[in-house]
Amino acid sequence: MSSVTATSGSHVEIDPGHPPTSTGLSNEKVAMWSFLGSECLLFGALISTYLLFKGQDEPGQISPVDVFDIPYTSVSSFVLLMSSLTMVLALAGIQRGDHRRTRIWLLTTALLGASFVAGQAYEFTVFVREGMNLRVNLFSSSFFVLTGFHGAHVTIGVLMLLSLFSLSLKGKLPTSKAETVELVGLYWHFVDIVWIVIFTLVYLIP
Amino acid sequence: MRRNRRLAALSATLFLFLAACAENAPQDTLEPKGEVARKIADLINPVFIVAGVVFLLVEGLILLVIFKFRAKPDAPEPEQIHGNTRLEVGWTLAPALVLLAVAVPTIATIFDLAKKPDNAVNVTVVARQFWWEYIYEDLGVVTANELRMPVGRAVELKLNSIDVIHSYWIPPLGGKMDVVPGRDNRMHLVADGPGEYLGQCTEFCGDSHANMRAKAIAMPARDFDAWVAEQKRPAVTAAAGTPAEEGFTVFNQRGCGSCHTVEGVSNGTIGPNLTHFASRTSFAGSMFDNNDTNLRKWLSDPLGVKPGNKMIIPGGNLSPDEVTKLIAYMNSLR
Amino acid sequence: MAIVTPPRPEALAPEQPLHTPIRFLRRPTGYTKGVWGWMTTVDHKKIGIMYSATAFLFFLLGGLEALLLRVQLGAPDQTFLRADTYNQLFTMHGTTMIFLVIMPLSAGLANYLLPLMIGARDVAFPRLNALGFWVFLVGGLFMYSSFFLGGAPNGGWFGYVPLSRSIPGHNMDYWAFGLQILGIASLTGAVNLIVTVINMRAPGMSLMRMPIFVWMSLVAQFLLLFAIPIITVALFLLSFDRLFSTNFFNVSAGADPLLWQHLFWLFGHPEVYILILPAMGIVSEVLPVFSRKPLFGYQVMVFSGIAIGFMGWGVWAHHMFASGLGPVATSAFSASTMFIAVPTGVKIFNWISTMWKGKLTFTTPMMFAIGFVAMFTIGGLSGVTHGVVPADTQQTDTYYIVAHFHYVLFGGSMFGLFAGVYYWFPKFAGRLLDEKLGKLHFWLMFLGFNLTFGPFHILGLQGMPRRIYTYPEGRGWDVWNLVSTIGSFVIAASILVFMFNVWKNRKPQEVGDDPWDARTLEWTIPSPPPEYNFKEIPLVTSRDELWHRKYTEDEHGRSVRREVTEAQPTLAGTAVEPAPPEGHEGPDHVAGKAGTGDEHDGDGEHDGQAEEHEEHIHMPSPSYWPLVTSIGLPIICYGMIYKAWLVAILGGVWTLGSIYAWALEPATAPEDTPDHDPERGHDEAEAVHA
Repeated sequence: MSSVTATSGSHVEIDPGHPPTSTGLSNEKVAMWSFLGSECLLFGALISTYLLFKGQDEPGQISPVDVFDIPYTSVSSFVLLMSSLTMVLALAGIQRGDHRRTRIWLLTTALLGASFVAGQAYEFTVFVREGMNLRVNLFSSSFFVLTGFHGAHVTIGVLMLLSLFSLSLKGKLPTSKAETVELVGLYWHFVDIVWIVIFTLVYLIP
Repeated sequence: MRRNRRLAALSATLFLFLAACAENAPQDTLEPKGEVARKIADLINPVFIVAGVVFLLVEGLILLVIFKFRAKPDAPEPEQIHGNTRLEVGWTLAPALVLLAVAVPTIATIFDLAKKPDNAVNVTVVARQFWWEYIYEDLGVVTANELRMPVGRAVELKLNSIDVIHSYWIPPLGGKMDVVPGRDNRMHLVADGPGEYLGQCTEFCGDSHANMRAKAIAMPARDFDAWVAEQKRPAVTAAAGTPAEEGFTVFNQRGCGSCHTVEGVSNGTIGPNLTHFASRTSFAGSMFDNNDTNLRKWLSDPLGVKPGNKMIIPGGNLSPDEVTKLIAYMNSLR
Repeated sequence: MAIVTPPRPEALAPEQPLHTPIRFLRRPTGYTKGVWGWMTTVDHKKIGIMYSATAFLFFLLGGLEALLLRVQLGAPDQTFLRADTYNQLFTMHGTTMIFLVIMPLSAGLANYLLPLMIGARDVAFPRLNALGFWVFLVGGLFMYSSFFLGGAPNGGWFGYVPLSRSIPGHNMDYWAFGLQILGIASLTGAVNLIVTVINMRAPGMSLMRMPIFVWMSLVAQFLLLFAIPIITVALFLLSFDRLFSTNFFNVSAGADPLLWQHLFWLFGHPEVYILILPAMGIVSEVLPVFSRKPLFGYQVMVFSGIAIGFMGWGVWAHHMFASGLGPVATSAFSASTMFIAVPTGVKIFNWISTMWKGKLTFTTPMMFAIGFVAMFTIGGLSGVTHGVVPADTQQTDTYYIVAHFHYVLFGGSMFGLFAGVYYWFPKFAGRLLDEKLGKLHFWLMFLGFNLTFGPFHILGLQGMPRRIYTYPEGRGWDVWNLVSTIGSFVIAASILVFMFNVWKNRKPQEVGDDPWDARTLEWTIPSPPPEYNFKEIPLVTSRDELWHRKYTEDEHGRSVRREVTEAQPTLAGTAVEPAPPEGHEGPDHVAGKAGTGDEHDGDGEHDGQAEEHEEHIHMPSPSYWPLVTSIGLPIICYGMIYKAWLVAILGGVWTLGSIYAWALEPATAPEDTPDHDPERGHDEAEAVHA
């Protein structure tokens, strides 16, 4: 009878005695999918609020057409989109055992993500200078809160990526822990998809 | 076991007995005094009966099961029944059909009550913490606390709030409707016969939510017209040398007009229009009947008797002497 | 309380820790005892006990609040409580009972039982589990600290805007931030239990063989997973309005106050199913045991629970029937509200059928379970009358509604939870509660409950609104309010009886593994269970696995006790067929278990497995990081409320830093090798420290 070793927590050990999971997926993976499911509702509520307020401000008040710089935001959206690509490359790297590659792509993804956030921060300062702050009207409140929540999620993602990078540097991210990179990747792609939705509904559709 | 049986029977009897007693309740929802309330009662009474039957059936089954299948010492083990598809289908379909039978008249009544009534008296109700203002725009009348209405004719209420959500409810006449700031909710009420119908605010609105009462007074058409005419008369000027005139002086000295409108005298918009105060049966959001004792209580310390209300008298509370004079003035505002 | 650990074998003395010289910063081990042992535990059973005990303390607080309310309302025009005090008390009573009592008590029972019922050693993420408890505790303390810091929340448990955004003072900020903290506990708990149930079931335990309490808890966890983010958003929007003057609920900027109501009730309605489903699951476990028959219509009970979970998302605006949604919307929600009664009603009939032709013994848990069925029926019926929209315009915001939800939440959830507490108490504590005192508790509570809340139906129909701190004479409400107040004190007395019962039976007893002759896996292990739960992960061959090991059926389908209780089937060399693929479940058990019988040559319960143990069971190590992490959260919130941004940032750094330390700490410490040798451990498990 094989040893029943119950290891749990945030690490996935390759343990020949680890009891197989009922679905065949690791606990961590099922957890991440569940968590992302709840995040869908979080962003769904924020996006719905934004859409409900769309067009409700009095004419003459500050509105999207006054402040949005679509070309600028398109560039930063592209940057974020590319970061999903580099994330995939990072995962491929660690699965192949090429840790140097992994680190390069992890760092690149983090930098691209950080650029996106920095770009947004700059964009917000421009808006504020143009007279649009959190409390001006319905549009301004809902815009900043929605994109702010998204930006916070990206920032947390960047921190996770940098942590993985640092772990890899210290030799603590072997190929056996590739799933950790995969799960951070899942989170990262989710955040990217949310941005695509926000960019479309908030910026592109008038 | 025998003790359980007796206890159960006793509780059941007691409960039924208690349920039968009911004092006279002026805000009773089950004694409709107008067509809207009656349509609601006609809809829900059969539903209550159906619910009562289901209640007796289910609780009866539970009692039956408890007594019939209690473990007897030498009884055999029970048959391990896992289910019965026919029963499952049955007790899924039967309640569904019953509910369908309830849903159809429900939806019909929803739409029926949503129709605007013909020949209604239009009234805008402005809800504030913690009183109601009634504006009869077509008739040019502004009053507070009491919704005066003609018997047998609908009043169509346009509900506005200037602060938080309130809810307008006169149960003998109809259901409630929330008064939401920024929205124009509408409802209508009709009264069968003359009388006073009591209600209150039914959406938590702050400290004195409990004190925000409502009253509708239905009168025969002729009396209603007379009331309208009376309300449109200008404010009574207090005769010189009367206590009322001294009260008028207090009214001006203490700045009452900064919050209250008395036509021809002041234009305040925070508190109720007092032009015809003496013609009302109640005041302070119908919290008090309109008499001198209550007026004294109120004027001496409004915040003390009605916490959280907006009547903050500039310069602090009135002195007893000021109160006496003011009462005389208020009583003169017929 | 007991920490069950075997004595330390000399050969396996832990090494000196590599890093921390400061003794108390050293990671606790499986040998750590006492208060620090409890504070750092990651054992789901201890966590379940802490959840439940803490929830009970909040129940006493919420009950005290209720008694104060009832004293004030016992007669007209009373001045026992000022208006604002009353408003704080009714707000906190509702918030406490929902978020600090029913939810954590359900979570506590789920935490303790789900791994046992599915044959697992712990939940998927033990430290995350511990975090859930500590966050719950600090969240509750944070909210209650408001009583001493300017006043408790006073805008109602439902916090409607614009009132809640404009109430001066910090009361409602404590409400919003407190609920956010509690939401984190619920969300992490939901993820944990979902993964546990989906992924950690013992071999052979297909979904349709799971005990029904597991199913109902699972549905509730999914509801939490999707509902909590919605109220999270609503609370953030409210807090931003209050703190930063945003415009989400600012009417003068054009906002619609109904947005809050939609968001709140999109959370709030699934929330009520979160509150009732676990209790329904408990009733579905208790009734079969004390009827000595299986749950009638197991599949239907599972599917109706799932149906309720789904349909619960489509009825939210029935809380808004008087808010002016218009006839089309109200008709749609009226229909959906009526039809959610169908799967609910089905359950009532299945419970009654479970008892039908059973052999009923009226133990305390059985009485509470039957009480649930009887009282929930009343609450369900009044609920259906609310669905008749025109009638609801008379009923809503009156005591008739208060009657409805107390019948389903107290007569329903609380009765169900008490049934669970009495039923599983011997398993948790290794002691039986007194049956006579239990029955006294039940009857007093049943009487007091009906005296308190029965009259509310009448009061509501007689026009008494809710949330009023006083009422005048002459409305006809005096008598029933007095009756209700008396009833509330009878409830209080019943709770004292319960507490006395627990205290009276505080010394350990020999209860054995299976005092009730029950049907599910948690009764195959000692009471209380060892830390590792199962010596061997069980192999499951049917629903009601334990019952089938003990009993077979004669030609009439009646249970016949086997001469030899079937042992734990072993994985290797068994003749048992594997579980059919999901969805192809025919009978609820697999025929042909005779193979396992052949492997027994003795009479013992544990034959066939005793010889195989040289290995040891490694359990995850305790950790203080969950506790430390949780402390960061109220620091953030205090900083936000008082606009002390530095404090908020400090709290954020604390929380983030703790999470980092936690993530870098292995689940099982290398230097912690408590030897959970089942053979040795089983004997030592009997030695319980008080």
